[in-house]
Amino acid sequence: MSLMNLTAVQLGKKIREKEVSVVEATEAALSQIDLNDKKYNSFITVDEEGALERARKVQEDIDTGKLMSPLAGVPVGIKDNICVKGMRNTCASNMLRDFVPTYSASVVSNLESAGAVIIGKTNMDEFSIGSTTETSAFFSTKNPLDTERVPGGSSGGSCAAVAGKECFYALGSDTGGSIRQPSAFCGLTGIKPTYGRVSRYGLVAYASSFDQIGPIGKDVTDCATILEVLASYDEKDSFSMKRNDNHFTSGLVEDVKGFKVGLSKNFFNEALDPEIKASILEAVEVLKDKGALIEEFDFNILEYGVPIYHIISAAEVSSNLARFDGVRYGYRAKDYDGYDDMYIKSRSAGFGMAVKKKIMLGNFVLSTENYEEYYRKALKLRRLMKEEFLKAFSRYDVILGPTTFTTAPKLGERSGNSNEQYMGDFYTIPANLLGLPAMTLPCGKDSKGLPIGMQLIGNYFQETTMIQTAYSYEQARRKL
Amino acid sequence: MINRLEVLSKLEFSEEEREDIQIFLDDMVKKFDKLKEIDTENIEPMSHLFPINNIFREDIVRNSNDKEAIFFQAPDKKNGYFRVPKTID
Repeated sequence: MSLMNLTAVQLGKKIREKEVSVVEATEAALSQIDLNDKKYNSFITVDEEGALERARKVQEDIDTGKLMSPLAGVPVGIKDNICVKGMRNTCASNMLRDFVPTYSASVVSNLESAGAVIIGKTNMDEFSIGSTTETSAFFSTKNPLDTERVPGGSSGGSCAAVAGKECFYALGSDTGGSIRQPSAFCGLTGIKPTYGRVSRYGLVAYASSFDQIGPIGKDVTDCATILEVLASYDEKDSFSMKRNDNHFTSGLVEDVKGFKVGLSKNFFNEALDPEIKASILEAVEVLKDKGALIEEFDFNILEYGVPIYHIISAAEVSSNLARFDGVRYGYRAKDYDGYDDMYIKSRSAGFGMAVKKKIMLGNFVLSTENYEEYYRKALKLRRLMKEEFLKAFSRYDVILGPTTFTTAPKLGERSGNSNEQYMGDFYTIPANLLGLPAMTLPCGKDSKGLPIGMQLIGNYFQETTMIQTAYSYEQARRKL
Repeated sequence: MINRLEVLSKLEFSEEEREDIQIFLDDMVKKFDKLKEIDTENIEPMSHLFPINNIFREDIVRNSNDKEAIFFQAPDKKNGYFRVPKTID
């Protein structure tokens, strides 16, 4: 168990220094899953045999000096919408219950080149549509810090697996906050990179113009190190960017002197839990003491983020999920009358209700009579919002605020069409709408002992500045 | 409206589910009304975050997917083809 308390980078170091073997680390993770996953339900698939075989191979490559990456030999959990060749990939949907990808996502290939040991695939909201991991067609995941509560979502299984110490880090995907919100609820650090920084090839699409894969880890050092492995140009993703600044660990420096940090007044509305507000303002003081320049500003455009997001993401979902037709792979209904009925019956039985509602909403906003009023309007506002953010980033290096309105809610509390559910991603959505990098890291606990997350949003491709701000805060907080 | 959306979505619902979806759509539309507060008359819609260009590459034949692995999970297949109901009369 003590091994499982290590961060990914700490474990990697011990492995390279031959203090711990890769098989030992893998067995430690597997036995923790064996012991606790009936309680947490973090994983949909655990590949015990494959992981151990891989662990032996990685150990060999480390011993012969072929593998020197800081993550070599470290066991990882992968969200079940990121393809790993030969490993079932369900998206937590009956539609893909038995789907086995014939290729690996580019991020998985990158991880494997760095010597990662993939333990298994983690639970999620069905096709990432949800924010509690309760829309999974298989089971709900529990928050390991309080099993009566949700881990958040949609990457809830990945976050529960790391918080429950069943693996050392995990990959998630973030379309409207799906890495950052569950990371905040589970007391973890998570990064959504700039759109185009990390390849989406092999990620099952939700809303393509928002989706990014990113790391979930125990601290800033882990996330920066993992992101360095994930980020690379990929010709298989048409939006992949050729960059020469993927050196995120260079941001692991404790220095924010002269950094300009913007604090939007619009973050602090009446829906925000006063304990979270207090915690964020305390974090601001810590950064101020370290020499950061904090400035409050009005940012009214934020109020429009949620409806813009719901319109565009629904439109993209309705289009992306049209590919599930029961012909080449996935669920096909047993009884149907002709090919059109085969599509309808297969899709109606294969998708859960949350997914079907989102598809219907997407086709609603895209239909001829609504297109102008909703979809086109949302695209126009998206441009307006980008302009406002660029103005803000001409004044600030990072924008700081809360990650969520509340700490982790109880299971069942957020289901349905409640306003809390609708507004839930208020803080995280802008970064997806505009493709900006953003991250969450823990900044305290509420009176119930539940973790609070602080969000930093950076300018385009300025992950390193964002990471440096986060690292400086994290180090200062450890000394408090 | 719901019936038309079902056709567009290739989905079907029970009466009860239809009512639920109608309530959901009405609720969302009400929330979307907030966007009317901003005049967007002279703003160009932004469908992509960054300007996009065509990316060209040489047309070289490469092995990609394994045929057997692909057909392994087909719901219905015959002689190396996916089998579907008759599509033309």
